[in-house]
Amino acid sequence: MQTTDLNLQDEQKELLLSVRDLTVSFSVDDGTFTAADSISFDVKTGETVGLVGESGCGKSVTALSIPRLIPSPPGTIESGEIWFEGQDLMTLNSSALRDIRGRDISMIFQEPLSALSPLHRIGQQMIETILLHQDKPRKQAWEIAEGWLKKVGIPDAGDRMFAYPFQLSGGMQQRIMIAMALMLSPRLIIADEPTTALDVTTQAQIFALIRDMKQHQTSMLLITHDMGVVWEMCDRILVMYASRIVETGSREDVFFNPRHPYTIGLLQAIPKLTGLREPLKDIPGQVPSPFDYPKGCHFQARCVFAMDRCRESSPPAYDCGQGHRAACFLMEGRPA
Amino acid sequence: MKNVKNCDETKSGPLLRVVDLTTWFPVKRGFFSKTAAYVRAVDGVSLEIHCGETLGLVGESGCGKTTLGRTILGLEKTTKGDILLDGYSMSQLTPKEMNLLRQRVQVIFQDPMSSLNPRMTVIDIITEGLVQFKKIEVSKVAHANRLLAEVGLSEDALYRFPHEFSGGQRQRIAIARAISLRPELVICDEAVSALDVSIQAQVVNLLKSLQERYHLSLLFISHDLSVVSNIADRTAVMYLGRIVEAGNTADIVRAPLHPYTKALIAAVPVPGVSRRDRVLLKGEIPSSLSPPPGCPFHPRCPEVMPVCSQQEPVAKRVDGREVACHLH
Repeated sequence: MQTTDLNLQDEQKELLLSVRDLTVSFSVDDGTFTAADSISFDVKTGETVGLVGESGCGKSVTALSIPRLIPSPPGTIESGEIWFEGQDLMTLNSSALRDIRGRDISMIFQEPLSALSPLHRIGQQMIETILLHQDKPRKQAWEIAEGWLKKVGIPDAGDRMFAYPFQLSGGMQQRIMIAMALMLSPRLIIADEPTTALDVTTQAQIFALIRDMKQHQTSMLLITHDMGVVWEMCDRILVMYASRIVETGSREDVFFNPRHPYTIGLLQAIPKLTGLREPLKDIPGQVPSPFDYPKGCHFQARCVFAMDRCRESSPPAYDCGQGHRAACFLMEGRPA
Repeated sequence: MKNVKNCDETKSGPLLRVVDLTTWFPVKRGFFSKTAAYVRAVDGVSLEIHCGETLGLVGESGCGKTTLGRTILGLEKTTKGDILLDGYSMSQLTPKEMNLLRQRVQVIFQDPMSSLNPRMTVIDIITEGLVQFKKIEVSKVAHANRLLAEVGLSEDALYRFPHEFSGGQRQRIAIARAISLRPELVICDEAVSALDVSIQAQVVNLLKSLQERYHLSLLFISHDLSVVSNIADRTAVMYLGRIVEAGNTADIVRAPLHPYTKALIAAVPVPGVSRRDRVLLKGEIPSSLSPPPGCPFHPRCPEVMPVCSQQEPVAKRVDGREVACHLH
């Protein structure tokens, strides 16, 4: 599908992650469904890429597939290649993957309380990550961890090293997750809805922190449903709908010149902070169940532009210029 | 459009008046369960909702907005203060009168999966109130079909169970149940917060159109200022059990007066607007077990003055709204 490079103007930037034709399916009691369907995208060094979509669209599955964290069963990576720093993660064995996880690829999850162990003190959990990947004496690891707690703005860092996760607020817990994710200077951070459980004022604090702490050469894949968050944090955006990527492009292209009818609808549905009480433009209908995605384009049933051919075949990603692509037949033959 | 069914517009005065309402929860400790402290969830709140009006109530988690809604519904006991519906004080009602009043005030909760009984079919869920109050005139099915049509669900939903629906559809069922008794006031507690944007917009539009048709008053509780600004005529901002600013939604969003409201608006990421240089609030919301003395916001306030930690600001009318801040 994609033989040419996605972002020609950014060719000078080094490619860090390249996912090609990733298809993930899940087998549950009710049958088998495809959660991610032929997903291809790239992440360059130092870039923050946003993966947006509504619940159930497959964005978390896509993200978890990269460090091969999809539980199997029920999940299966049917096909695809995940090229990370020149090697295909699909071909690695579990011990090689363990070396990469936490050191080269780290994760920040939505709920820090379920990501942190409730039985171990903060300090203990933090140095475990360090000791696993680096040959350092325990005392030095402890000092590194404490230093990071200070860096992420936790007061009384020395005492907090001995605290249990439940003794800290949600915002504090998420700061610890960020410290743990950044501690080993990973090449790629995968953040799956890192602030969804937090209040807006705390969310603003956390994003400012991630921006400050993230080193220049660290890339980030940010999974979120919040278009405002994507705008604030990302350089490039991937929009997913019902298991497929429907549009990719720079932040400005996607927000100011959206091409896929779903992206257009999604942007119009966001309530604006105007106080004008204008009626919201919704997208009619509902997301199809993954068990019966329609033949052809998955968005056809809710799309105002749907044509006969949308019901017959799936549209490929058409180039709209400068790495901006939309998987919609309306883009066919349009000058890029 | 102005179908005055419930609300008598000739009547003066607000539909709901909350006067200096206080809801404290005792924290019991020790062998004899002595009350050690109080969680001051709602601490002296006054507000009014007029007929056909939507009042938005915004605040972060733990600010007491849900407790305020539950207290108005009679689900929590008031510690102090009074709630008046149509001029009648709710604290002086007999249980029988209270029961009648429940028809006039209904609620929609955040998570329809836990507010709808999983073992009941849709028809039973949405007509339960009608059966309870003996309001079935012709047949249950006729009532249920009419209600389903109003919330945009088809008739084949009647004999299905809540789990067979998507989140947005479930919330429509919860709305059908809430309007079944033709209430005057509906309290929406984070009613659209769990929904995806495209579905959220559908449900917000549905609530607006039902409000116009039945001249409903809404108390729209949410943490999301953007959603509130799209539905509420007036907005009240809550912080640590108190209302810090209340007034016309457009005024509050465009020109907030209280430093907390300013921070709350600045924290909302807005597509197309760069806010990388905005002022961030420091710290976190203090515990309502021991709120700070003086103004509850003063430890985090960027415009704090010495008086703020000593004296609690009283709400004043500034530019047509109420603000509780020493700056004004």
